[in-house]
Parts: sequence; structure tokens; C-alpha cells
Amino acid sequence: MGEIIMLSWKKEMEKKLERLKTIDLKESVIILGIETSCDETSIAIVQDGHKILSNIVSSQIAIHKRFGGVVPEVASRKHVEVINVLLEEALNDAKLKLGDISAIAVTYGPGLIGSLLVGVAAAKAISFAKGIPLVGVNHIAGHIYANNLIKQLEFPLIALVVSGGHTELVYMEDHHKFEVLGMTRDDAAGEAYDKVARTLELPYPGGPYIDKLAKEGKATIELPRALMDNGYDFSFSGLKSAVINTMHNAKQRGEYIAKEDMAASFQEAVVDVLVSKTLKAVQEKQVKNLIVAGGVAANQGLRSRLKEKCEQLGIDLTIPPLELCTDNAAMIASAGYFSYLKGEWSNLELNGIAGLPLSP
Amino acid sequence: MNILAIDTSTDVMGVSLLDENRVLAEVTTNLKKNHSIRLMPTIEQLFEEVKWEPKAIDLIAVAKGPGSYTGVRIGITTAKTMAWALKIPLIGVSTLEAMAYPHQNFTGLISPIIDARRGRVYTGLYKKVENKWTNVESDQITPLSKWLNLLQQTQEAVLFVGDDVELHHENIYQELGDMVSFSSSAFNIPRPSVIGLIAKERYLNGKRDDIYDFSPSYLQLAEAEAKWLEKQKINKG
Ligand SMILES: [Zn+2]
Repeated sequence: MGEIIMLSWKKEMEKKLERLKTIDLKESVIILGIETSCDETSIAIVQDGHKILSNIVSSQIAIHKRFGGVVPEVASRKHVEVINVLLEEALNDAKLKLGDISAIAVTYGPGLIGSLLVGVAAAKAISFAKGIPLVGVNHIAGHIYANNLIKQLEFPLIALVVSGGHTELVYMEDHHKFEVLGMTRDDAAGEAYDKVARTLELPYPGGPYIDKLAKEGKATIELPRALMDNGYDFSFSGLKSAVINTMHNAKQRGEYIAKEDMAASFQEAVVDVLVSKTLKAVQEKQVKNLIVAGGVAANQGLRSRLKEKCEQLGIDLTIPPLELCTDNAAMIASAGYFSYLKGEWSNLELNGIAGLPLSP
Repeated sequence: MNILAIDTSTDVMGVSLLDENRVLAEVTTNLKKNHSIRLMPTIEQLFEEVKWEPKAIDLIAVAKGPGSYTGVRIGITTAKTMAWALKIPLIGVSTLEAMAYPHQNFTGLISPIIDARRGRVYTGLYKKVENKWTNVESDQITPLSKWLNLLQQTQEAVLFVGDDVELHHENIYQELGDMVSFSSSAFNIPRPSVIGLIAKERYLNGKRDDIYDFSPSYLQLAEAEAKWLEKQKINKG
């Protein structure tokens, strides 16, 4: 057998990047997405940045429930156990082979470092083994691009990202051009939800339970709304403490506060702050498009208030369906699609970065 | 038969390429440096030097731990995902066994050591018994004092292997005295080519690991998990 003349991975990538310049736009681009930043292992295959061919999400909620929150080491162990099964399932669901994949998009931050490293190692391994381009994706960008799976993003736009780890207002002029207008100075909105839920002795994760209880109660308890006229930054720790103190004091005095009313009051305070700051950004930046992303975007209270306000103001509002609000790899594949087209590819040194910022 | 062997289970990062008869390439560093950044570029570089395409390999061997939780996950995820993508078999090898294996001419027991903090070590016992390489005591995490007691009772000569032995040198010597010998630094670290060789032997004996199920040998539960179990026991009374 003669010596195998082969292209190294780097040369293969150079060749493919060169070819990308002459790509026929009608040719379909198929991205394999990998997401392991927290306690969800997810693999998805998305065509042309919007068409979901498969989106497998394996949630660890049941595992972490007994600890009352996500335990990083436990999460990382679970990711390793399931990742290859999910890769196989995602390909089977889409009826595709690795050879059909144009690029691999993987979340490399922000998130739990041990968890991120599993996804990144898997992505690099496939990229090298099969000579497939690799694209590192920011998890928050992924949440924003979940909207592109519903309706093509139209610029300029404002994105409100609200989840267990993040509360951010982002202005976008074009694909992957992020200007972070404001963020939380302490707790993320979802984090406040989880902590208040614990005070109200609701199961983990608490967000959906508060949302449900809030519908049954009345917002009769006075709670603070922080930084209301202070730019675009958020703060939820004062609100969270106010709930804890109010419940504690009532208990000591032997007074009864209905959980439903506390849930409704808390939810209204959160929604007031989120909605007013978001609308302020929409008006000051004079945009017509507002998108909402992240786990808390599943919140019915937030959804209905935004819908109502946006209708009044003639703003085009997009909120993904529930299953695309929480962590999933389809959103990573969608965000990765646009980086892929721009030729913004990663090399094999790609590393997980726990505190990766959205805009450098 | 071409083999890629990978080890990131401790501070040591090792990558080796082996063919039917020879070790063609081997890189070993013993540094506290980021395995996540360095592993894939090192693999890529070795393939380029040997002029292999990824699809030229028939088997992937990987160190399965014990060791650093994060480290061993990087190696194992890389190995099993490559094996999955290339549709080739995967064999995991104990990091401790890889440390002991080159010392098989030693006539007594071989105890490879990786420190596990708080007075505990990861170890096991290996020995060539009637020409057969044998795992006498399986890999475990144990208080060193308990381990030394057990060794004393065997009345056999023991060879300690591993950089971490130095941390416990005095303790070991005090307990076991003339029964012990120590390996030298050049033979203390697991070599990826040795991991490749052990895997090849198992492969030829028909052994394969299940890629989908394959997970590191942590040898202990995550701390939160252990505490939770402890609490359940107490609650049950
Ligand atoms: Zn998220």
C-alpha cells in the first residue's frame, strides 16, 4: 500500500473556507448543534438556520431535584454518560449521517465549566475525525437565535434574555452584532424565582410553580421595584429579600399570607421591571422588533403583559414556544449557522469559558 | 492494526499512535496545563507527522481514571466520540494499571499511587502471577494508613509507582520498612503507548467497551451525592 496523501485538518478547513465563498445560496447548510452548558444535554440538527430536523433534549431536572439545585459535578458526569446516545438519536431522527453535516456548532460559554468541557470535547472530536468545520457559540446568543427558528430575525432589534443565569437587554443591528444595554447587578430573574419558590416551599425548579400560583392569587402585597429609572441594569436581590422578610415576619406575628397572593405580588414586581425597561429600550433605540429569550420567557405573566403592550405600541414581538425557551441545541445550531456563513470558524484549541461575555 | 491512545486523567497528558508492531509516535507532558485546549491539537499534530488520516485508525484506547474528574472526562469524551464518529471500537484502561504495567518484571506486588487528598490515595495491586499479568486488588480509593496495613499483612515486597508517592514517602517507609521499593521519576508516569498496548491485548482477546455507556472510573461518588446518601441513612435511623 502506498503512502496515504491526506490533507491535514487545518488544510481541509482552509479548502472548505475557500469553497464557502463560492457557495450557492440555494445549497442547504446542515448544522449539528451541541449544548451542555448546564443541566441539559442536547443535540440538534438544523437546516439553513431555521428548519429543525431533530432536537433531542435530555433534562437532568429529576436528578438535581433532591439537591435543591444543579450540582456541577453531578451534571458533568451525566453529560458524559449520555452524549453519544443523544448524538446517535439526533442523526437517526433527522435520517442523516455525519457525512451530511456542514458544520458542528457547540456552546463554549457561559455556563458551568465542567459541563461545557464535555460538549466542547465531543464537538472537537467529531470535527477532527470527519473533517467537519467547528463553530463555537455563545449560549446567550443561542437563546436569542431560538427566535430565528420561529421567524427570521429582522434588524435592528431588542432582545430580552431572561433565564436562571441571565437577565440581559441586548441591541442587535445585524447578525452576531450584540450591544449589551444592561444586565443584572446581582441575581438573574430566574434565580430570584427559584429562591422565592424555596421560601414559599414550592418544588424545584420553582419558576413554573410561581407562574401557576400567581394566576390564582392577587398582587396585594407591596414589594420594591429596583433601579426603575436607572438605565437598563436590573437588580432582583432586594425584591427576593423583601419576599423572604415579609413571609418571615408574618410567620413570627402569626399572620397568614396566602402563597398565591405572594406569588402574584412577586411576579407582578418582576414583570413590571422587565417590561418597563424593555419597552424603554425599544423606544429609545427606535426599533420595531422585540424578541424574548431564555427559560423565564416561558413565564405566562411576562408573555401576556408584553403581548398586550406590544400590540398597543405596534411592535413586532416574537417569543419562542416553551420548549425552545429552555436550553436546547437547536438554538445553538441556528446561531452557529450565521457564524458558519460568515466564516467565523473555531480551531481545535477551542476551550470552554465559564464567564464568556456576549460582546467582547 | 493502528491504534490511537489518549490519556488526560491526571496532570499527565499523553497521546500515542501505534501500528501493528511499533510505537510510531508518543507525546507526554507532565504539567498543570489545560488538557481541554491542548489535547486535540496534539492529536492533530501526531496524525500529521505520521501521515495518517483519522480513518486510518482501527482502535482507540483511553485512560479511564481514576484521577482528575474534569481531566478524565475530557479524554474519555474525546475518545468515545471519535470512536463513535469513525465507527471503530474503544477500550478503556485503568490509569493505575498503565502506571504499574511497565514494572511487570518486579517479582513482588506493584502499588501505583495517585493522591486523593485528605490522607487517601487511589491505588490497586498488580503483579505478574505465573507469567500472567494480574490485578490482585482492584482499583480503589482508600485511606493510606489502611492500605499500608493491608500490605504489611501480605508479607510481600511492594513497589510503589507514581509521582504522588513522594507525598507519602515517609509514612510508607515507616510502616513497611525494608519491604518497599520506589520507582524512579522516569518510570512514574503513565505512558500513552502502554495504554495502547494493554488495549490491543484486550482487543485481541475479544474485549470491547460499549461506546454509548462508557464512563470514567471515578471510584467515588460526587461529594453532593455521597452527602445526600449519608443523610438518607441518618433519616432512616
Ligand atoms: Zn440557558
